[in-house]
Amino acid sequence: MLGFARLFASRLVKAAAILIAIVVMNFFLVHAAPGDPAMVMAGEAGAADEKFVAQLREQFGLDRPLYEQLGTYVGKIVQGDLGFSYRQQRPVWDILAERLPATLVLTLTAFLLALAAGVALGTLAAVAVGTWADSAITVIALLAYATPIYWIGLMLSLLFSIQLGWLPAFGYETIGAGYTGLAHVADVAVHLILPVITLALFYMAGYARLTRASMLEVRGLDFVKTAKAKGLTQSRIVTRHVLRNAILPVITVAGIQAGQLVGGSILIETVFAWPGIGRLAFEAVLQRDYQVLLGIFLVTSIMVILFNILTDILYGLVDPRIQVSQ
Amino acid sequence: MIKSDFWRAFVRNKGAVLGLVILIAIVVLAAFASVFFPGDPWEMATAPFQPPLSEDALLGSDMLGRDIASGIAHGARVSLLIGLTSTAAALAIGVTLGALAGFHGGKVDDAIMRFTELFQTIPNFVLAVVLVAIFTPSLTTIVAAIAIVSWPPLARLARAEFLSLRSREFVQAAITTGQSNTTIILRQILPNSLSPIIVSASLMVATAILLESSLSFLGLGDPNAMSWGYMIGAARTVIRQAWWMSVFPGLAIVLTVLALNLVGEGLNDALNPKLARSRG
Repeated sequence: MLGFARLFASRLVKAAAILIAIVVMNFFLVHAAPGDPAMVMAGEAGAADEKFVAQLREQFGLDRPLYEQLGTYVGKIVQGDLGFSYRQQRPVWDILAERLPATLVLTLTAFLLALAAGVALGTLAAVAVGTWADSAITVIALLAYATPIYWIGLMLSLLFSIQLGWLPAFGYETIGAGYTGLAHVADVAVHLILPVITLALFYMAGYARLTRASMLEVRGLDFVKTAKAKGLTQSRIVTRHVLRNAILPVITVAGIQAGQLVGGSILIETVFAWPGIGRLAFEAVLQRDYQVLLGIFLVTSIMVILFNILTDILYGLVDPRIQVSQ
Repeated sequence: MIKSDFWRAFVRNKGAVLGLVILIAIVVLAAFASVFFPGDPWEMATAPFQPPLSEDALLGSDMLGRDIASGIAHGARVSLLIGLTSTAAALAIGVTLGALAGFHGGKVDDAIMRFTELFQTIPNFVLAVVLVAIFTPSLTTIVAAIAIVSWPPLARLARAEFLSLRSREFVQAAITTGQSNTTIILRQILPNSLSPIIVSASLMVATAILLESSLSFLGLGDPNAMSWGYMIGAARTVIRQAWWMSVFPGLAIVLTVLALNLVGEGLNDALNPKLARSRG
């Protein structure tokens, strides 16, 4: 357990360093964004004369040297102040906090589904290597890799909501239904099906391919031969010996791809009108609301770091070597 | 001699041949877009909401009466152009950084790899959206944004190649004969590490096309360039009445990206024959 704790601590230090770098980057992007905040505020107040703008600049420290402004900015971020959206007349953090739960539900479910289904399909393909099932999984993976996820989303909703009428085409819940308790959870779950499957499909394909390749490699190693020689059953060898080792690179890649998954939620939430921060990003792009957009950049980066820590924990739980050193 | 070997290995992969055929067809379509479909793809060509196979619009028309087929042909240009240029830019950044890290090792390597890791952690699509939105959408900003978010894997690959080639005899020999670092990097190591880089670059063109289409789907495309992602994004709200407006441009993206991926795998088999054979 000690090795795991040490690994975990070093990852936390690294995550903190990356977070600081992202905050600094965000600061420079805020500065690159068009529109002087002082001018915007003056415009809102209906008075655009030079003196007033200069006064605002001084009041908000915009006339200070850049490094001093950076210090102020970092200080504010630490306190959870992500700036102010002049378009919506609300603090950016309030807007984001309201949207965050929906995105967390969507991305976490999709992440776990992609991992579970991808590993299962990859295992199936590896066990049945060379058969039709193997080829089918390979072809599906190839297609899923080549298809834009927003288009998959549109096509799935065209088929399952518009043509067949089985699932809701968009939204988070049935508007005006007023469900409570379990009925509400079920309602949200039904709305979640299409967005989650769309988001998970692409990554599932990748994990399936990787699991297959990794299992075929591990299968030939000596310890698997030993297990066979001991007379263990095929299913026990596959699950306890081959899969447990083959899954490690899959988890590593899943961690690296977490960023893409979070980014993909912008497209999915736009297609399915899912009220999370991805949909918010689309709205912010339309309204050119840069403060909100940069807040989203920061929050999604933090989400990726958290996903990475989650995959580290998963890795630690699965890795057989860490158990041995216990 | 080497060329015929290369071709034989490439042709052995049936998927790669299929991909190459599709790709050539798309390049021809893009090159002769204004011959096949003269006139501006933004202009109204027929009545709005014409279904496919109507008289003057083979693939139907959109809500403003623009010809879908013409949009796809002209959009092919934009997709291929952005795919190629942004990959070239990503190669320039990625291979330079990877080469420096792998060649020098030590602190330089450490610093560059930390920097690479930072860019791998940042959600790359979000960064691309932020960059294009802040610096206003145009072909240049889109290419730059795609390059900025896609170089890290190339840097890692180039670093690994340089790291392993650096200790080989021919490089050591070049060092003892007093060649400069630049000469060694460009003339000795780079030519020998090209094949995996070419394979990843061909796959990156596909990813870049997907990224461009996603940006223009969100309304962050160049407002003067017709693109597939824009067509799907604009038709999204009328999908209930007019499926063809989003289906055909989407198929164009799938075909192009699939063709590029297949060609990339064929290149991999042909350029890394050992790897291909051991993979079975």
